[in-house]
Amino acid sequence: MNKNDFPILQREINGRRLVYLDNAATSQKPIQVIEAVSSFYKEHNANIHRGIHTLSEEASNMFDSAYKKTACFIGADHFEEIVFTQGTTSSINLVAASLLRTRYWEDGGEVIITEMEHHANILPWMDLLGAKKDFVGIRDVAGLKVAKVKKDGTLDVDHLLSLVTKKAKVVAVAQVSNVLGTINPIKEIVKAVKAKSDALVLVDGAQAAPHMKVNVKGLGCDFYVFSSHKMLGPTGVGILWTKKEILDKMPPVFLGGGMIKEVHFDRAVWDDLPNRFVPGTPNISGVVGFSAALDYLSNVGMDNIAEYEDSLCGYALDKLSKENGIEIYGPLKDRSGVISFNVKGIPSHDLASILDMDGIAIRTGHHCAMPLHLKLGVPSSARASVYLYNEEEDIDALIEGIRRAQRIFNV
Amino acid sequence: MYKEELLEHFKNPHNFGEVKNPTIEVSGVNSLCGDAVKITLKTDKFGIIKDIKFKSSGCAVSTAAASLLTDYLKGKNVSEVKKLDDNFMVKLLGGVTPARVRCAVLPLETLKRRG
Repeated sequence: MNKNDFPILQREINGRRLVYLDNAATSQKPIQVIEAVSSFYKEHNANIHRGIHTLSEEASNMFDSAYKKTACFIGADHFEEIVFTQGTTSSINLVAASLLRTRYWEDGGEVIITEMEHHANILPWMDLLGAKKDFVGIRDVAGLKVAKVKKDGTLDVDHLLSLVTKKAKVVAVAQVSNVLGTINPIKEIVKAVKAKSDALVLVDGAQAAPHMKVNVKGLGCDFYVFSSHKMLGPTGVGILWTKKEILDKMPPVFLGGGMIKEVHFDRAVWDDLPNRFVPGTPNISGVVGFSAALDYLSNVGMDNIAEYEDSLCGYALDKLSKENGIEIYGPLKDRSGVISFNVKGIPSHDLASILDMDGIAIRTGHHCAMPLHLKLGVPSSARASVYLYNEEEDIDALIEGIRRAQRIFNV
Repeated sequence: MYKEELLEHFKNPHNFGEVKNPTIEVSGVNSLCGDAVKITLKTDKFGIIKDIKFKSSGCAVSTAAASLLTDYLKGKNVSEVKKLDDNFMVKLLGGVTPARVRCAVLPLETLKRRG
């Protein structure tokens, strides 16, 4: 890993070195990924699976090799278990919409989520459960059970399990919270859920897959979803991994060319996996870029990344907790490098504006987790999140920026 | 952007609170940052704003904006609201960065929806 691999980190913002601490929103891209996308368009661009010409063959091979690489990256047995979507959000929506069309959901059921989910792991389930949906919103949602988050920012696993009954059809939980940084004990949760129900377990890995080694078989879950753009890859590519025996039985939601064997005006037959879930022309260049991102991450080593970020996060937590007037949310250990906090007397939005003047990029708001912020009792929070290219000097810059904001606000 | 006047209006906002038996009561949120504002006002039979107050939770920019805007509107005809635009709010605050215009205009936008 070389920081110079990331051209954008050479940029100056407001005359200052860019300090990018908004990695939980999206990561920056190394030159290897940028060039993979660029060279695809310069040298190989064609549609996939439908031409016998050389370019189409090349493009198809590049696209198809990403299936195997992705499967290997998350420890899956079969490349057919991978579906490329537009992102984590579209992966979860696809699962919910597909389940709605299965016999499994014929009699409805309950969905169990947690208070720390972001909106993408709440709304698709409300859509699945909601009786009334229109252009205003969703009402009369019945059967959504929400497991509590404890005061220390960890998930109340006992409460979650108490919500799992025979009626449970889906349990959807984040592996890492995008606000609290909490790492949930997925393996134990899946085991316990399976012991008392037939519920399918979906793990939202958007904040986990970029930062730690993931093994879907080891986790024991049924679905695992994550996004390319949070792990050095292009935007517009998401991954849905599903156990083969489940995906085999799932009907497609989006229909069109490329996903069928036969079409007649009175019937159609879907194609085999994974084509069944690739209607129309997919984001070929994005998937090619994602493939290069996986190469980059594998080369550095996910365990190395996890270890490095853990120590950097520890440094940040230590520094931040020594400052005056800073309230940090989330657990102090077993956590990822997502740190949400508030500075007393400075609304987080204003803090972000002042940090931006110093070239420091953080996120503020409710981070698409409005229910969790209601629970924390704050309208919004500031969030600094690290990745493999961040260094201690970035944390030092953040601390200096916070002090400057405190001087401006005279707090 | 964080000039003394803006910070003063954030720390000690003018017209903070609620008007009793208001003629107009409006609420607005900026879902991007979590800012929320509620404005209550009372007009006479000609539409002259006799009293106007606001309550808010959110950033310094939107709070200062509400404080300055309510100051400005007091004693003016409620129809005046329609004539005001984003630029007016940015100027009233002494300039804000493009990323914060949405915060600056939240109170005005909220009023416009009913004013």
